[in-house]
Amino acid sequence: MASSPELREEKHLIASILAGETHLFHDLIRPYERSVYVMALSFLHNEADAEDATQEALLKAYRNLASFRAESKFGTWLISIALNEARSRIRSKKVLATESLDIGVEEPGHVSPALLRDWHEIPSQALERQEVRLMLQEALSALPQSYREVVLLRDVEEMNTNDAAEILNISVTALKVRLHRARTMLQKDLAPKLKQLNPKRRWFQWL
Amino acid sequence: MVIECKHVWTHISGYLDGTLSPEVLSLVQEHLEHCEICSAILDSTRNILVLTADDRVFELPLGFSERLHARLDEEIKRISPAPPIPPGD
Repeated sequence: MASSPELREEKHLIASILAGETHLFHDLIRPYERSVYVMALSFLHNEADAEDATQEALLKAYRNLASFRAESKFGTWLISIALNEARSRIRSKKVLATESLDIGVEEPGHVSPALLRDWHEIPSQALERQEVRLMLQEALSALPQSYREVVLLRDVEEMNTNDAAEILNISVTALKVRLHRARTMLQKDLAPKLKQLNPKRRWFQWL
Repeated sequence: MVIECKHVWTHISGYLDGTLSPEVLSLVQEHLEHCEICSAILDSTRNILVLTADDRVFELPLGFSERLHARLDEEIKRISPAPPIPPGD
């Protein structure tokens, strides 16, 4: 997300765009286009749909730029639009019907991590392997929607807790609960799979 | 005071975010020092989050940015965003 000097720059850009220098919109959204795409892709599970949703969300942002309020961050506002676009496309595709895991998400559930002794660090270079990238994408996609949203905002987009809670329109406490469960689910799903990357690694896991 | 593994698991997210109170933090740290299971759970979770945040996980399709800006350009040339609403509206 943009830091302070960038925020001032953004306010300046927005004012200029609204004053008629519309071509500056390209510069305004450039730092965020990737975030918007990732948000869309993790919902829509299809690159072409995600690209289209990204374009649509950014067009909406352009048309509604005047309704942006300077007291909020532009990035937060933009990601909200992207989130709404992705959600509405899911609804229209009726994909939600298959998201049965969402049921009971707010119930006091219990999620346990995968138990293991000893963790051998998986270096970021492992992401050069497509199977590893797919493994992570699939684990994120497999999360219930409300959990996926918090992980995307907090851990993928690295947004702060307050901004993420504002976008999702939930309390900071609810956000922390969801985030904790989502992270545990990711660990439970991915730790045993990542272990398979190198069978020589010593792992002890019991059920 | 000693806390059990299950209690430690509930604090892993807060531990990673650095939001635990000093009292809870010291209990968790004390537990982690002698519990290899919880330490491995913490390390694997942290590792997985680092990997998840890496830009390489989600690659932009080839030509994504060009197509996006071309489409925006069409719209920008077609319309201007609505004028600002006056303050106090």
